[in-house]
Amino acid sequence: MKKRMQKTEKNVILTGVGGQGNVLASRALAGMLVDAGYVVTIGETFGMSQRGGSVMSHLRISPDEVKSPQIPKGRADIVIGLEPVEALRVLAVYGNPSTVVLSNNRPVYPIGVITGELSYPSMEVIRAEFQRLSASSRMIDATGAALEMGNPVLSNVIMIGALAQTGLLPIDRKMFEKEMNKTLSADKLAVNLKAFDAGVALMK
Amino acid sequence: MSKLLVPASSKILFLGNEAIARGALEAGVSVAAAYPGTPSSEVIESLASVARERNVYVEWSVNEKVALEVAAAASFAGLRSIAVMKQNGVNVASDFLLHLTASGTRGGLVLVSCEDPGALSSVNEGESRYFARMLEIPLLEPADFQEAKDLTKWAFELSEGIGNVVMLRSVTRMSHASGNVLCGKLPARSRRAAFRYDGPIMDSQAGPMISTPVVAKHLLHQDKLQDAVALFEKSPFNRYTGPARPDLLIVTASACSLYAREAVEMLAVEKRVGILKLATTWPLPPKLLTRHLQAAKKILIVEEVLPFLEESVKILAAGLSADIRKKPYFGKLDGTLPQAGELNPDVVAAAIGKILKVKLQKLPASYAAEAAKAAALVPVREQTFCAGCPHRASFWNIHNAIALDGRDGFVCGDIGCYSMAALSPATGYSTMPTLHSMGSGTGLASGFAKLAPFGLDKPILTVCGDSTFYHAVIPALINAQHNRADITFIVLDNAGTAMTGFQPHPGLPVSAVKETVPAVDIEAICRAIGAEVEVSNPFDLDRTGKILTRFLSEKGRLKVLILRQACALSPEKKGKKRFEVAVDETLCVGEACGCNRLCTRIFRCPGLTWDRTKKKAVIDEVICAGCGVCALICPQKAIVKTDLSVSPS
Repeated sequence: MKKRMQKTEKNVILTGVGGQGNVLASRALAGMLVDAGYVVTIGETFGMSQRGGSVMSHLRISPDEVKSPQIPKGRADIVIGLEPVEALRVLAVYGNPSTVVLSNNRPVYPIGVITGELSYPSMEVIRAEFQRLSASSRMIDATGAALEMGNPVLSNVIMIGALAQTGLLPIDRKMFEKEMNKTLSADKLAVNLKAFDAGVALMK
Repeated sequence: MSKLLVPASSKILFLGNEAIARGALEAGVSVAAAYPGTPSSEVIESLASVARERNVYVEWSVNEKVALEVAAAASFAGLRSIAVMKQNGVNVASDFLLHLTASGTRGGLVLVSCEDPGALSSVNEGESRYFARMLEIPLLEPADFQEAKDLTKWAFELSEGIGNVVMLRSVTRMSHASGNVLCGKLPARSRRAAFRYDGPIMDSQAGPMISTPVVAKHLLHQDKLQDAVALFEKSPFNRYTGPARPDLLIVTASACSLYAREAVEMLAVEKRVGILKLATTWPLPPKLLTRHLQAAKKILIVEEVLPFLEESVKILAAGLSADIRKKPYFGKLDGTLPQAGELNPDVVAAAIGKILKVKLQKLPASYAAEAAKAAALVPVREQTFCAGCPHRASFWNIHNAIALDGRDGFVCGDIGCYSMAALSPATGYSTMPTLHSMGSGTGLASGFAKLAPFGLDKPILTVCGDSTFYHAVIPALINAQHNRADITFIVLDNAGTAMTGFQPHPGLPVSAVKETVPAVDIEAICRAIGAEVEVSNPFDLDRTGKILTRFLSEKGRLKVLILRQACALSPEKKGKKRFEVAVDETLCVGEACGCNRLCTRIFRCPGLTWDRTKKKAVIDEVICAGCGVCALICPQKAIVKTDLSVSPS
């Protein structure tokens, strides 16, 4: 694994809405990278923010150094959105011309949108903004695939599978399996691996 | 095996709070007590998960004061103990803490305060660092995850060495951040408890544990603090990085030192700026500080919330030579750094840039303009009660009862998820205009109820959660009963300390370590003090509404309504729907309803959305938790619920 070590630092932001499994996904990613020899710092916003609010995890992946748990503005290398408008919210603050975006395409409507006070941009508009503000971007139907598997919350693992498939981070299925094995029972592990594979398949 | 018990030399990803827990285990902690509060709760949760293997007594105490008392008893008996709380908890514990620091301690006792700059999960930006100064005890602040573990371990040794409480302060960006930690050894054996009190009154190891004779013991207490200062002068946890004679010296601690380091890198001013990262922030080690202040041209103090460190540095500098005194000092007091809210690398970089007249490399202007345009397209995501949350139904009931009563009654709020009813008025249907500390809703209601002779004659209601009831409400409730306060007191009982992650409380028959324990019944307590008590299910709008309407109309006494329904995120409910809910599009008349879109515009459940093209309500199957309450509010009966607990015949 050491010979694959990336020398440069990477800043990743995972974002979504409370209840989408953002925190679990960021810890799984970080756990894999720590095992691979990186120094990883995660900064998380949860607690009250989890009640229907926006949630965000900042992952700093470094070969040798603890970093600030908050990524400076404009310095995200990768933005992973479990919810599309949350990905756009993060991109507009932390993005730069070389940022890469990978986002779920399933909206979770804010209350203000449900009541009619605010409007939610169309997927076409969001896609166009992603393109304008990133080096490359991709939207996938992770929630749709998760619903097919019977549990919408699996969309977080599907996004990890999709991220692995991009090759942007030194992670693979084997490392994911090892990480999940630390905490999950055999049946839950199987479901999560299936979700990981579904994420890989969505990127092909 | 729990990851908290990995063998020595393992390198592992720990949450800051897990690192603190591991540090306590490496120090051989025997007793751990706390009241849950974000961002502190994971310390005790982690310790509870290994309590049996490590022979640690772990409890969720009824409140922070009792938690500190439980920890202190262990210390008096020579054991190492830890009490953990969020910043507000230190206020609750402070009365005992004042007396405890005066009597001193024996076994190492560490008070961990996890604070919340920026109030990410709090209703204040409280500061407990000033308690350390006021009560003359050492204050330690870890700056990364490794230090969170190592400093916690050392805090026990320090406490034992000086015979007094040591305070360890963390912040959200440390407690709820994660990073690599290299683990040390776990001790092989645990200590035996023995409490001696037969020695002379001034004998700190064998005499009685009291604060008298006050002046003599106070002097002893201060002597012990000087022992700590001597250790701080040489502490390897205080580190300087940078040039020997920097243009700018940054004095900092905690997560702020990570922001400072990153800011220096962002500006590429490593050759001009030095960082003195302190772990021992009270009392400051004067010789160390003097050396660094002497060598620098300018000084910037980087910290969050109040200018505690800045004041300490300036007080110290005031007693030093004129050339040190006269140097320019920057920080919060002169406005170089914001005086409220949390910091981040950008804010610190802006401050350094201003002092050194260096500009941060910015994104291309065209990109920044596009980003601003994109940001304007993003709708605000307001915090709200989750789909299926019992509080939404409870406040719906409360709002309707107040409206029917017609005398503009209002609710005094309290601390829990239901606080959101006050933070975002629309979430609580604009019923809850006050929100302060735990238990204060009932005390305020007790006071408002006495203002009728002065012209404030309205129905007074108050709410509290089940865990809050035990924590701080009981004295206020007894006050209301004894003083004949006419209030409708509502317990929003969702079967756990839901907001902080379902820790058990005294109302449940289970302890922190999952042992069976006696449950203390809220209903029985309320009846025992002589109040009239009703119990209802908030999802039963009809029955709950009738009880509330009657309570508001009956004057002159305390009335109690316990609304019982488990939190939608509770482990027993999560992911399981009681009802399949759907909108019958043939019955939904959309905007022609006449109810002003009661379902989506007023009720405001994230699982019930509005289809803008069809102009009909629609259930979002991914979000809906299946509570079925919305089916009860639709005047057209267009929202249809099917009971999933009944198997089809």
